[in-house]
Amino acid sequence: MIVGLSHYLTVAAILFTLGALGIFLNRKNVIVILMSIELMLLAVNINLVAFSAFHGDIVGQIFALLVLTVAAAEAAIGLAILVVFFRNRGSIAVEDINAMKG
Amino acid sequence: MMTVPAFFFYLFSAIAVASAFMVIAGRNPVHSVLWLILTFVNAAGLFLLIGAEFLAMMLVVVYVGAVAVLFLFVVMMLDVDFAELREGFLQYLPVGALVGLIFLVELVLVVGSWVASPGITSAITQPIPNPAQVTNTEAIGRVLYTTYVHYFQLAGIVLLVAMIGAIVLTLHHRPNVKRQNISSQNARTRETAIEVVKVKSGEGL
Repeated sequence: MIVGLSHYLTVAAILFTLGALGIFLNRKNVIVILMSIELMLLAVNINLVAFSAFHGDIVGQIFALLVLTVAAAEAAIGLAILVVFFRNRGSIAVEDINAMKG
Repeated sequence: MMTVPAFFFYLFSAIAVASAFMVIAGRNPVHSVLWLILTFVNAAGLFLLIGAEFLAMMLVVVYVGAVAVLFLFVVMMLDVDFAELREGFLQYLPVGALVGLIFLVELVLVVGSWVASPGITSAITQPIPNPAQVTNTEAIGRVLYTTYVHYFQLAGIVLLVAMIGAIVLTLHHRPNVKRQNISSQNARTRETAIEVVKVKSGEGL
C-alpha cells in the first residue's frame, strides 16, 4: 500500500473543513475561532509540503515556512487584540463586538 | 499487510483529525488548546514522513513552543464564563454540519479526480537534492538565503511588526503610579541634590 499525494491532500482537506466548521459552530468564542484559523493554516501547510515533496521542488517548503511566520504573527496580534478587548468590555463574545455597527 | 510508512501515515493522520475535531468540539478552551498541540505534533509527524524534517521541527517549535503557550496564557488570563459562550453551539450545528459536509465532499472530489500536468517537471525551479547527500535543512537554507532572501527578510519584518503591534496594544500605563525616571536621576548633580544650610545654635530649622 503506497501512501500517495492524494492521501496527504485528503488529510489536509479534512483538517481544513474541521477548521471551517469550528468557525461555524463556535460563533461566540473568539479564542476557539482563532484556533480554527490556525487549523486551516496548518491544512494549507500540509498541502504545500505534500506538493513540494511529491513533485520534488523545495520552494513549496519555503512557502510553507513563510505561511508559518504569518500564522504566528496573526496569532500574536489576534490574542493581543482579544486581551485589549476583554480589558475594555469585560467579555470576549463575538456578538458584543458591535461598536462599529458592522 | 501495511508497510511501516503507511501505518505511521494512518496513525498520525487519524490522531491529527481526531484531535482537530476535539479542538472545535471541546467544552473547555484549555482542553481545546491541548488538543491543538496534539494536532500540531501529529502534523509534524506527517511532515517527517514526507521528508520535510526542518518544517516538522519548526512546527513543533513555533506552534507548540510559542503559539499554543500564548493561547494557554490568554485563556487562563481571561476570566470568562466559557460555558455561557457555548450557548448556540447546537443551534448552528445543522447548518454548519451541512456546509462542512458539502465543502469536504467537494474538496475530496477535487483531490480524487485531479491529475498533475505531464509538463510539471519542467516547472520545477529548485529541485530537492538527494537526501543522502544534502539534508533537508541545508537544502532549504541553500535556497532560502539566496534566491528567496528578500522573502525571508520580509517574514522577519512581519514578525517585527507583529511584535511591536502586540506590545503597543497590550501595554497600558496606569496613572498615579510612581515610576523610575533614569534620565532625571542621571541629571542630578551635587549642586542640585545637596543644600547646605547654616543652622544657628538654639533655633533649629
